[in-house]
Amino acid sequence: MGDSQYSFSLTTFSPSGKLVQIEHALQAVGSGQTSLGIKAANGVVVATEKKLPSILVDETSVQKIQLMTPNIGVVYSGMGPDSRVLVRKSRKQAQQYFRLYKEPIPITQLVRETAAVMQEFTQSGGVRPFGVSLLIAGYDDNGPQLYQVDPSGSYFSWKASAMGKNVSNAKTFLEKRYTEDMELEDAIHTAILTLKEGFEGQISGKNIEIGIIGADRKFRVLSSSEIDDYLAEVE
Amino acid sequence: MSIFEYNGSALVAMVGKNCFAIASDRRLGVQLQTVATDFQRVFKIHDRLYIGLSGLATDAQTMYQKLVFRHKLYQLREERDMKPQTFASLVSALLYEKRFGPFFCQPVIAGLGDNDEPFICTMDCLGAKELAKDFVVSGTASESLYGACESMYKPDMEPEELFETISQALLSSVDRDCLSGWGGYVLLVYAALLTPTEVQEKILKGRMD
Repeated sequence: MGDSQYSFSLTTFSPSGKLVQIEHALQAVGSGQTSLGIKAANGVVVATEKKLPSILVDETSVQKIQLMTPNIGVVYSGMGPDSRVLVRKSRKQAQQYFRLYKEPIPITQLVRETAAVMQEFTQSGGVRPFGVSLLIAGYDDNGPQLYQVDPSGSYFSWKASAMGKNVSNAKTFLEKRYTEDMELEDAIHTAILTLKEGFEGQISGKNIEIGIIGADRKFRVLSSSEIDDYLAEVE
Repeated sequence: MSIFEYNGSALVAMVGKNCFAIASDRRLGVQLQTVATDFQRVFKIHDRLYIGLSGLATDAQTMYQKLVFRHKLYQLREERDMKPQTFASLVSALLYEKRFGPFFCQPVIAGLGDNDEPFICTMDCLGAKELAKDFVVSGTASESLYGACESMYKPDMEPEELFETISQALLSSVDRDCLSGWGGYVLLVYAALLTPTEVQEKILKGRMD
């Protein structure tokens, strides 16, 4: 990684023991658009703001929530292009696992490998850390799961979490609203309400994105008309 | 002289009702000379998964060591045992990695999968899987074993009957093969209803020649 003049890591320790590049990467995440995830008893929902830079952008061509495997989806906060690189690598790793074991990759394993990639970029020559935090949601033999992966490569399993601009308000809201036995439908409503809390402007199916996975183990992104229906229920 | 006939071997696995049995001969030879009469060909991967390796003995041992290595890492990473189907895919992949300089061994895999469903399969030295519902055979005595199993096998046998059947099939087949024999080793695993899986290992005394 990196050519010979840059075969040293650009991420170096500060005297206080911090990796300043990672702190800055987390800043990049913190100024990204809000995204959140909620794990329900029978599924997981992830949602994100989809604020586009201009009304001239064709919003149907933009999709922030993506699939890693048919039963694992991911949303990010931070730099979109960085997240695309990670999604590409993770998809390949998931397929390699399947090719070896003829079994779909468990979510914990995929999260672990994605996190390992992110960690690699904090300790390799000539590269910078990824400027995204990912929320990975899926449903496998161990039930519904939600993981957050940070630019440092650390990962955590969450019952509900938020990232990006409005993170502290969103997390407080989620702490109040979350219950252990929430159903997927309740979780979708709570996700919308949480996004609404810090939303500037009029929320609609065109400027937020929602991805869900239920016991059918098929991750899918809701269409804007479906989101509008849920918004109407929440009003 | 084929490389597969250098050491001599006989392996068979059969499916019964909520149980499976895997059996092998015990001879290790160097062409016509018998060198050992207690050679192990059936290995345990975990409590509910066993693999038998026929063919060149050194490759069988090395293959076993590689598989145990991979499985131990899998157990540590995934915090669970490998399912038999997953393990079979792994064996197939490892064998194919050496497509142009293969391991000269033919595995026979037997295990209990989800819901205590017995699973058996075999593959050639390049990893071509062959799943079967009744029995699989491998080794220098394989042709005799095919015949014996085909005639003696019945579906849904209880553990005791399965044990008898596999033992008879093995002993009668190795008697027709000069490179395998010198006793038999049978391992029977059945998922008893209330207690955890029970395992029976028996050594058979056949014609010692």
